[in-house]
Order: sequence, then C-alpha cells, then structure tokens
Amino acid sequence: MTTATSIVLSRAREQVLERGEGLSEEQVLEVLQLPDSELDALLELAHEVRMRWCGPEVEVEGIISLKTGGCPEDCHFCSQSGLFESPVRSAWLDVPMLVEAAKQTAKTGATEFCIVAAVRGPDARLMAQVAAGVAAIKDAVDINVACSLGMLTPEQVTALAGMGVHRYNHNLETARSHFPNVVTTHTWEERWETLRLVREAGMEVCCGGIVGMGETLGQRAEFAAQLASLTPDEVPLNFLNPRPGTPFGDLEPMSGPDALRTVAAFRLALPRTVLRFAGGRELTLGDLGARKGLLGGINAVIVGNYLTTLGRPAEADIDLLGELEMPIKALNETL
Amino acid sequence: MSGVGRAVFCDRCGAPTAEGDHARCARERDLEPPRFCPECARRMVVQVDPFGWTARCSRHGTRSSAAAER
Ligand code: SF4
Ligand SMILES: [Zn+2]
Ligand SMILES: [Zn+2]
Repeated sequence: MTTATSIVLSRAREQVLERGEGLSEEQVLEVLQLPDSELDALLELAHEVRMRWCGPEVEVEGIISLKTGGCPEDCHFCSQSGLFESPVRSAWLDVPMLVEAAKQTAKTGATEFCIVAAVRGPDARLMAQVAAGVAAIKDAVDINVACSLGMLTPEQVTALAGMGVHRYNHNLETARSHFPNVVTTHTWEERWETLRLVREAGMEVCCGGIVGMGETLGQRAEFAAQLASLTPDEVPLNFLNPRPGTPFGDLEPMSGPDALRTVAAFRLALPRTVLRFAGGRELTLGDLGARKGLLGGINAVIVGNYLTTLGRPAEADIDLLGELEMPIKALNETL
Repeated sequence: MSGVGRAVFCDRCGAPTAEGDHARCARERDLEPPRFCPECARRMVVQVDPFGWTARCSRHGTRSSAAAER
C-alpha cells in the first residue's frame, strides 16, 4: 500500500465510519482515483460504513413501466425517447396488469413497487391512470408504492402525496456540469425544482443517476457531492447500458472495477442513504456484481426486470441475500 | 395467437437471420426482450414486467416470455 492511498482510506475511515460524516467532493475524487490494488480495501470500508450507519437489511424493489416509449425529451442514454431511432415502441399498461405485477413483486418479499412512465411530466390522462393504479394496488397488495413520472407541478405533487405515494423518483442523472451534454430539452435545475417540491410535500425523495456517460472522474465526484447536498432517502445507481439508436449507443460500458469503485465512493459520500443497485449491473459486473456490490456499500436492489431490459431472475438475488445473511427490509421499517 | 411461424428475421435487430452477423444479438438475448417480429420484422409493442415480457406484432400476434420458456 502506498502512503498516499493509505492516507485516503484511513482518513475516510475516521471521518465516515467513526463520525458518520460523508466525504466531500474533493475526497470522493481521491477515492475514485485509487488504484485497482486498493479496490478490495475500499469495498471493505464501504461495506463497514453501510453496516454501521444503515444496518444489514436490504431494501428490495420491483419496477414497472406504465407508459413505455415515445417520450418527447432527448436524454441521450434513453431508448424511450421518441427523438431517436430506437426499436422501443410506445406501450401502455392497464390497471389489472399493474396490480398483477405488484402482487408478483410482493411475493419475492419486496416492499417497494415503483410505477414509471416515460414522459416529460404527467398529463391528465396519466395522472388518472396512476390514481386508479395506486388505489387498486393498495386494495390488493401490501406494498409501498413509489412513482417516477418526470417533472411535476405543485398541484401534481400534492395529488400524488394525497394518493398515498410514499416515495417519488426523479433522477438528476449526472453532475450539473455534465448535464447539458446528456439532455438538452430540459435543465438540471428544473429537475432539482421537482425534487424540492416532492420533499416539501412530505414524500420520500429518491434521486440518483447513471454513471459511465462520458463524465470525467471529477464530474462523477461532483455528482456524488450534489446528491449528498440533496440528502435523498434513496439513491439508485445505474451504469450506462448503451442502447442501440441512442446518441450514447456506441459508448463502451464501464469496467467492473470502475463500477465498484463508484459504488464504494457514493456510499462514502452518502453514509446513511439507501443506495440501490439499479440498471446496467448485469452488463458491467456480470453474475458476481450483485454479491460484490452488496459487500461494497449497496443496501438495496431492484429484483427482476427493468423497464425495457431484463435483469437476473429475482430468485437469484433473493437467494444471495439469504446466503450473505442480509435480511430483506420489512414493510414497517424505515432504514 | 402465439408466435409459432417461421423465424426468418432476427428478433433483436430485425435483419434476416440468414444474412449478416447476429453474434451480438445472440449475446443480448439474455438481458433483452425481442424487439422485431421474427416473421415479418415489424417493430413489436413490447411490455416488460418484473418477471417477464410480452411482445405484440400487429400482423402475427403476441409472444411472451412464458411461451418462450415452454
Ligand atoms: S425524460 Fe425519461 S423517458 Fe424521457 S427521454 Fe428522458 S429518461 Fe427517457
Ligand atoms: Zn440480429
Ligand atoms: Zn409479424
């Protein structure tokens, strides 16, 4: 171990593990620059931090696309934008299928079910569909319902809170300084405003993004620090899965070590937050990814499939949690 | 209707299966649902849910992961 790296890790140990104070932007950058030879020690520290400040429970979630494709926005990573030549066609899910998916999700032990729509923001039709869907799920299944429906007006925030939506997902996606290279049809600040409204209305804030979209390590550190300043309840971390037909379709997927270093660095920036493995982990990390992530700072997973792509079978993740002796978070607990 | 016709087109890229290289398509199939009808290459309407997928061609009907596993 070189002296410089041992200083980075021992300082992080004292600050984050002992005192529970997340790393600053500069400190996150130092962690992201650690050599591969320090990766195991880094993951071990991130795991200790998670166990100390969050505990061994893992939050399990299923997600479903209520409205797929045909989005008017131009997020360069997204196969659901209507502006790119993507093979994804528009589709709407009906309420009975939504309820069935929620039931199946609950059977795995999951406590979160997130309803997602590919839109800039909801219109009246979507809000009505969500209202009907949330009510039907709450009637039939014991599970927390979250939503991800794009940018919201104050009235829509109030309406969702009134329906009993307990958490709202809206990702900042990337560092503020990199955002204009990723999205041009709306701004980072507009996204921030929705998050502020969600928090004000008393819903839990779920906000993360995608790494591996051509950002520098400095911008990755900037993103971690910006998320930390938002103090979200949950951060879903995605690794770019380059989608054919999108502007980012030809980017190389991130390497496994880089992905794991990012997981650990985000945990050290956000010691108390639910840090969720979201899309792209199968691609970057393969079958071992789930295990390494859960032993490197992750304490939440999406089980089963994603919105337009497939994941590992749900049983594989649930079995792994058993093997690692990490209990699934129960419905009435708050991490 | 469930997809039982002859697979002439690649369900990932939509090109004829007999032409070109579909190695990447084959690799992707683990983590991706089909996108193109194997019988006519139309883009299908695909719905992914946590535990499976269904894919509908306006001409050739609906296929699903449940049927694909049988
Ligand atoms: S707003 Fe959402 S669905 Fe629309 S292009 Fe951006 S990421 Fe995709
Ligand atoms: Zn092909
Ligand atoms: Zn067809």
